[in-house]
Amino acid sequence: MNLDDLADLAEQYRAIDANVEREVRVCMAASCQSSGAAPVLDALVAGLGESQPACKVKGVGCMGLCSAGPLVSIAHRDGSLEESTIYRDVTADDAADIIASLDGPPVERLRCPTDQPFFARQQKIVLENAGIIDPDSFKGYVAVGGYSALIRALSEMTPADVLREVTDSGLRGRGGGGYPTGLKWSTVAKMPATQKYVICNADEGDPGAFMDRAILESDPHRVIEGMAIAAYAIGANKAYVYVRAEYPLAVERLQTAIRKAKRSGFLGNKIGDTQFSLEVEIRLGAGAFVCGEETALMASIEGLRGQPRPRPPYPAESGLWGYPTLINNVETFANIAPIVREGGEWFASIGTERSKGTKVFALAGTITNTGLIEVPMGTSLRDIIEVIGGGIPGGKAFKAVQTGGPSGGCIPAQHLDIAVDYDSLKTLGTMMGSGGMIVMDETSSMVDVARYFMEFCMTESCGKCVPCRTGTQQMHSILDRLAKSQASRAELALLEELCEVVQATSLCGLGQTAPNPVLSTMRYFRDEYEAKLGDA
Amino acid sequence: MPPPAKQPNVRVVTLTIDGRDLSAREDETIIEVCRENQIPIPSLCYLEGLSVWGACRLCLVELAGQGRLLAACSTRVTEGMQIQTNTEKLQRYRRTIVELLFAERNHVCSVCVSNGHCELQYMAQKCGVDHVRVPYRQASYPVDSSHEMFRLDHDRCILCTRCVRVCDEIEGAHTWDVMGRGTECRVITDMAQPWGESDTCTSCGKCVQVCPTGALVKQGTSVGEMVKDQHFLPILARRRHAQ
Ligand SMILES: Cc1cc2nc3c(=O)[nH]c(=O)nc-3n(C[C@H](O)[C@H](O)[C@H](O)COP(=O)(O)O)c2cc1C
Ligand code: SF4
Ligand code: SF4
Ligand code: SF4
Ligand code: FES
Repeated sequence: MNLDDLADLAEQYRAIDANVEREVRVCMAASCQSSGAAPVLDALVAGLGESQPACKVKGVGCMGLCSAGPLVSIAHRDGSLEESTIYRDVTADDAADIIASLDGPPVERLRCPTDQPFFARQQKIVLENAGIIDPDSFKGYVAVGGYSALIRALSEMTPADVLREVTDSGLRGRGGGGYPTGLKWSTVAKMPATQKYVICNADEGDPGAFMDRAILESDPHRVIEGMAIAAYAIGANKAYVYVRAEYPLAVERLQTAIRKAKRSGFLGNKIGDTQFSLEVEIRLGAGAFVCGEETALMASIEGLRGQPRPRPPYPAESGLWGYPTLINNVETFANIAPIVREGGEWFASIGTERSKGTKVFALAGTITNTGLIEVPMGTSLRDIIEVIGGGIPGGKAFKAVQTGGPSGGCIPAQHLDIAVDYDSLKTLGTMMGSGGMIVMDETSSMVDVARYFMEFCMTESCGKCVPCRTGTQQMHSILDRLAKSQASRAELALLEELCEVVQATSLCGLGQTAPNPVLSTMRYFRDEYEAKLGDA
Repeated sequence: MPPPAKQPNVRVVTLTIDGRDLSAREDETIIEVCRENQIPIPSLCYLEGLSVWGACRLCLVELAGQGRLLAACSTRVTEGMQIQTNTEKLQRYRRTIVELLFAERNHVCSVCVSNGHCELQYMAQKCGVDHVRVPYRQASYPVDSSHEMFRLDHDRCILCTRCVRVCDEIEGAHTWDVMGRGTECRVITDMAQPWGESDTCTSCGKCVQVCPTGALVKQGTSVGEMVKDQHFLPILARRRHAQ
C-alpha cells in the first residue's frame, strides 16, 4: 500500500457518511460514562431512529470538560463537521429536546458556550481527534487521515529519516522525565541486536492523572500508529502496551483497535506490503505505582515481581529479556503521527526553546473546570488555572497547585506567571511529571498535602531498598504527628534529614522523588509546619 | 539469575579511589575493585558469588563531577573515574540507613543468638551508630520454627534477599521469595507456607550461612556457636558458572 492507496481508502470511508449533514456526538470516555452518558446515547439513538438518515449519532472520546459531563456535541456539515454546539450535564430526558432542536436554534438551557476560554485557548495535537471520532471505528480513524504517517514512513522514509524528524521535532518524553525522544530512539536504533522491543508505558499511577487513559479511550489507533513508526525506526518487530487493569475501557478499546488494525494490514506481517512486520500485545498491570518505573515494568512483563533494578544498564541497552528496548509514554507515542505527517520542524515551532509541542494536563481539585486540556508548552500557569480552568469556585482564594504527582511539588500564588515547561517547573522545586495538576484553595493544609503524598509513596514503595521502604514510613509517621500537632521541633529536623537521605540514596525514581512534596511545601509554606509544632 | 557472563577480551582501565591510582578490568564493579585493594566499603545485600541486588544502599560512593551517588555493587568501573568512598556525607547517610534498619524490626542484640557474629551489628559499629534517632516501629512478627534444623525470625530480617538468591542461584531450589510491598515485605518459603512443610527445601543450610543477621539460624545453637561460614560461596559460584 502506498499513500495514494490509503488516500483512496480514506475517501471511500468518508463517502459512507457523505449524506450525513449532522453528527450528534456523545462523549463515551470513562468520566462521562460514570456520570451517565450511556443512557443519553441510547435515548438519542432511539429518538432519532431511522427517521433522519442525514443525522448520525455516535459515541466519541473525551471532549475535555469532564466536570460538565455527560457532554454532547452537535456538528454540522457546513462547518466541515466541526463542533458548533456543545451541551453539558445532559440526561436521557434531554434527548427529545436535543432532537427537536436539530433544525432550529440550540437548546439554550443545556448549552455550554464554546467560545469560552476553556475551548478557545487550547491547541490540540495529541487530542486532535478526541471527542470527534468514534474510538472503536477503524474506518473513522482512517477517514481523518489515520495511518498515513505510518504508510509514509514505510513507503517514503528510511528509518534514519524517521529518526531525524523525531529528533528535529525536539519532542521530550511525556511520562515524566522529559528525556529527548529522538535521542532515546537513536540509541536503541544503534544497538546491534537480533531482537528489539517497543513498550508503551500506559501504567499511569499518579494520583489525579488521567491523560493517558483519556488518550487511549479517545484515539487508540493513534497510539498504535506511533508505536509502529517507532518500531520501524529502531528495528523492532514486537511491541507491548503495558496498561493497568483498572482501565478496563481503555484496554477494551485498545484491544479492538489492535484487532482491527491487524485485520486491515496495519499491524502484523508485511505491513503496507513492505518487509516491516509488527506484533502488538497488551499486558495488564495489576496496579502498582512502581510498575510505571521502566525496569520494574519490564520485570512485570517478564512475569517477575515488579521491582526496579539498578540502571545502567538502561533499557535501550538491555531491556526486556536482555534485549534493547524502547520504552515511551502513551502521550509521547500519540505525538509521533503528527510529527511524521507535518514534519519535525513544524512541531519544533510550537512550545518553548527547550520544551517543544503541546502538553496534555489533567485539571483536578478546587477549580471551576476540571478535565482534560491541551496547551502549548510555555503557557503560563495563570492562564491554565484562571483562564482555561475558570479559577477557583466559591469565591475562595487560590493557594497552590500541585504538579508532578508524588514526585512533584506545590507551586504557590507568587509563581503563577511562570511559563510551564520541563525546566521552569524544576526551578520551582517541582516537575512536569505526566501532567496532573491538582488545584488547592486557601482552605487546604499543606502539611496534609505532604502527608497524603507520603502515605501514597509509603504504601506504593516496592520495599526493595532500605531508605525508601522504611524512610517513607518514618517520614509519614512524623508528618502524621505534625498534622495532629504532636510533633516536636527535633522531629521536624529529623524529617528534613530523612528527606535528604531518601532522595539521595534510594534505588529508583519513586524513592528518589518521594520527598519532593514535603520539600516543596516546606519551601513555600514553612510557617504552616512551624504552626503545627506540638512544642511551639 | 547467574552473574553476567564475562567477555573474553576486556580492556583494563585506570581510575582513582580515595586518591589512590588503581587499575581494573572494565567488567568489574567498583565494589570488586575496592575489595581487591582492601578499601573498605560497607555492604549488606552484596555477597561475592551471588547476583547483584543493589538494595541496602550502604555501598554508595561519590563520583567526581556527578551529583548523584553510585552504588558500588552495581556500577562498573570506567576509565578515569574519580571515586570517594568515605566522605562525611556518605558516613552520615550510611548511619541513617543503618538506624532505619534497626528501627524497622525489633532487633534486640542482647537476646539474639547471632549477637557478636551479626553483620548488621558490625555495620552499626563501623558506621558509628551509638543510638537510633528514629522511633522503633514495634511491629511484631512471628517466628517460624517448623523446620527441623533451622529457624526463621522475621524480626531480625533486613530483607537483603541473600537467602532468596543463594537458594535460587546456587542450590537451585528457589524455596525463598519475598511477598508484600513496602514495610509489609517479608521473606516466605514456597507459597508462604511454613518452612518445615516446604516441598522444595533440601535442608542444605546455604540460606542460613549467608543470612547476615540472626533471622536465619540453626535450631538449638547457643550464641557462641552461631558463627556463619560464607567462604563456600565464591567457590561454589565459580564451579556452577563454569559448567
Ligand atoms: C515510580 C515511577 C512511576 C512511573 N510511572 C510512569 C507511568 O505511569 N507512565 C509513564 O509513562 N511513565 C512513568 N514513569 C516514567 C517511566 O519510568 C519512563 O521514564 C517513561 O515511561 C519513559 O517514557 P517517555 O520517555 O516517553 O517519558 C514512572 C517512573 C517512576 C520512577
Ligand atoms: S526506591 Fe522504593 S520503589 Fe524504588 S526500588 Fe527502592 S523501595 Fe522500591
Ligand atoms: S536450606 Fe537450602 S534449600 Fe532450604 S531454603 Fe535454605 S538454601 Fe534453600
Ligand atoms: S532472612 Fe536473612 S538472608 Fe534472608 S532476607 Fe532476611 S536478613 Fe536477608
Ligand atoms: S551492597 Fe550495594 S546496595 Fe547493598
